[in-house]
Amino acid sequence: MDFSFNEEQTLIQRQVAQFIQRDYEWEKRQALAKSELGFSSENWKIFADLGWLGISLSEESGGFGGSALETMIIMEEFGKGLVVEPFLETIVLCAGLIDSCGNKDQKSEILKKVISGEMHLALGFVEPQSRFNLADVTTEAKKKGDGFVLNGFKSVVMNGPSANNIIISARISGKQSEEEGISLFVVDPKLEGVSLRNYPTVDGRRASEITLENVDVTSSCLLAEEGKGFKELEKAIDSATLAICAEAIGAMEVLYKTTVEYTKIRKQFGQAIGKFQVLQHRMVDMFMEYEQSKSLLYMATIKQAEKAEDSKKAISGLKYQVGKAAKFIGQQAVQLHGGMGVTDELNVGHFFKRLTTIITIFGNTDYHLKRYSQL
Amino acid sequence: MDLVFSQEDLDFQEEIRSFLTSEYPLDIKERQDNRLPFEPEDVIKWQKILAKKGWFAINWPKKNGGTDWSPTKKYILQNELAVANTPIIIPFGVNMCGPVIYTFGTDTQKRQHLPGILNSDVWWCQGYSEPGSGSDLASLQTKAKLQGDNYIVNGTKSWTTLAQHADWIFCLVRTETTNIKQEGISFLLLDMKSPGVEVKPIITIDGSHEVNTVHFDNVKVPTENLVGVEGQGWKIAKFLLRHERTGIAGIAALKRELKRLKEICANVILGEGSLLDDPSYRRKLEAAEIELKATEFTELRTLSQISSGGAPGPESSILKIKGTELQQTISELFIEMLAYYSHPFFNETELGSNEAVGPDYAGAAMPHYLNFRKVSIYGGSNEIQRNVIAKAILGL
Repeated sequence: MDFSFNEEQTLIQRQVAQFIQRDYEWEKRQALAKSELGFSSENWKIFADLGWLGISLSEESGGFGGSALETMIIMEEFGKGLVVEPFLETIVLCAGLIDSCGNKDQKSEILKKVISGEMHLALGFVEPQSRFNLADVTTEAKKKGDGFVLNGFKSVVMNGPSANNIIISARISGKQSEEEGISLFVVDPKLEGVSLRNYPTVDGRRASEITLENVDVTSSCLLAEEGKGFKELEKAIDSATLAICAEAIGAMEVLYKTTVEYTKIRKQFGQAIGKFQVLQHRMVDMFMEYEQSKSLLYMATIKQAEKAEDSKKAISGLKYQVGKAAKFIGQQAVQLHGGMGVTDELNVGHFFKRLTTIITIFGNTDYHLKRYSQL
Repeated sequence: MDLVFSQEDLDFQEEIRSFLTSEYPLDIKERQDNRLPFEPEDVIKWQKILAKKGWFAINWPKKNGGTDWSPTKKYILQNELAVANTPIIIPFGVNMCGPVIYTFGTDTQKRQHLPGILNSDVWWCQGYSEPGSGSDLASLQTKAKLQGDNYIVNGTKSWTTLAQHADWIFCLVRTETTNIKQEGISFLLLDMKSPGVEVKPIITIDGSHEVNTVHFDNVKVPTENLVGVEGQGWKIAKFLLRHERTGIAGIAALKRELKRLKEICANVILGEGSLLDDPSYRRKLEAAEIELKATEFTELRTLSQISSGGAPGPESSILKIKGTELQQTISELFIEMLAYYSHPFFNETELGSNEAVGPDYAGAAMPHYLNFRKVSIYGGSNEIQRNVIAKAILGL
């Protein structure tokens, strides 16, 4: 049994942590979140130069052949800095998906540009009625000559505004919620019939509503085998769930530590409020929720890296715990900061907002508890 | 024991409903029903309509322009107004400063200030909390030094709700430094237009501007603006705390919001049925409903105690805790119901259009959830309320 990182992994962790501390000050992060783009292209270039973008992708795709462990390390550090660059969307979710099921051409054309930082990606997997059910797809794909024609609607597509290619799940056969008959397509948003409504989200990031109206795509845009996209989609969402949990755990660590520090300094009734037992116990509970989450993160990441049979179940268990912990730690960090906790000025409220969206993204606690019990 | 309203009560209920049909302005109703951000003009207009009918200062004695109504009658009105989702009354004048002035003020003060409060011509705000004095309010440091016929006020008040619209502020200030911090505090009325008053906005995590910091830099306040006895302001502060009836409208508004949430959920498609068919979500909705019922009847029991001559005691702390917890729970259930559609957010940046994304009820949910984190912090945090119950009720 060994929970320590190897030399290479320790190096990456130090590198990312150093970047957050040195180049990602809070004011800079806030300015980025409020900018038109929503993140920094210069930072993205740095990520590419340092090799972070290709670290977990396979060597045949031009990556470094790392595993879920490297992704976890990067995402946890990103969580501590509340990084707004779309690493989760472009790299973990989409590049990971193409790496896993794309053909040779797709890998060489798309992933090469992604790894060098020249291309962004997004995944359209949510529809207004689908909630967390990945198989609930009404967007349809019909064969037309050599290619396909797409019609439908995708909602809250994270990183949609910056994506040069958007992967869309569409139904080619079967009933609305059947796993069979779902295909994945790589769609250039500049194609005729694709329209995007872009907007900011509460965590300072960007998303799009995407309408597809008689969009003609060639057969080379088809990702994975026709009608067999569900398994690949589910796999990609699971990897991304693991990654977003690592991000949440980084954010939770900052929040519980910030809260402890604040209650040592803030004085009322002639003493530091951290001396009050009721607040001490609250913070102990925050700390324990964080530790329990981290334990499940390690467990699930190891299972995922080893491609264990029960890794799906482990990930659902983790997301359930993280959802529970993120809510408790987020809300209590605000509560214990008093009025300051609800101000836009303090970073606490912004960590709370990101944790709030993470609770929903890729399925909330109810969804994952149910999935856990069914797996 | 009985739970039945008298015929007189039922008639009054009817009267309110027909009044609302004819007098509640449609433009305000539309903004309220769409949960659009608060407009001061709407509130003033609505308060004036209520005042004209004699239904505004219902807690005041008749001789001061109030009603002398029974608690049941007040309850019925507040309940009907909340069910109709009329604008929330701004409490600082009518529920806070007014009662202080007619209880402790001089005749001149009554003549000067009560009409403006009754007619909603003067907007008041409350200068209590300070950067260093939140839960420990009595440690406040804003100083008022007597100089001839004036007090010279220096210091900072924080979290001052809607101070940006206020004409006047009632303040707790320190006129003397004593060993016991509750002594030496005085209650002052201060014109916000006085030189040396500066209001700075505090933007909250929902992106709204509701609270402010108010700085006083050598602000001259005539001594006739002192309410009650110099150095005995803490007594007035405590009177005000007892007078703040937190519940009533709160419960009715919660019932309205829970009903609305349930109606929306019935139309949120989930597989073959609706979100109401999801057992885990449904259980949370029902649990909130039961808790709300319990809180409603705890409040009714408190009310009936007051009607039979008792004073509202520390029991109001139960209502503050339970009411605010329910506000937070219901706002959370809205977010859960919306799932991904709770994420689009237009308050933080001015990017793109402000046109709603997703269903039309989606836009207000996240700002509400974020804004409602304040309710367990303000008005005496829920931790402080639990201390009150432990000490005053359980004798610990």
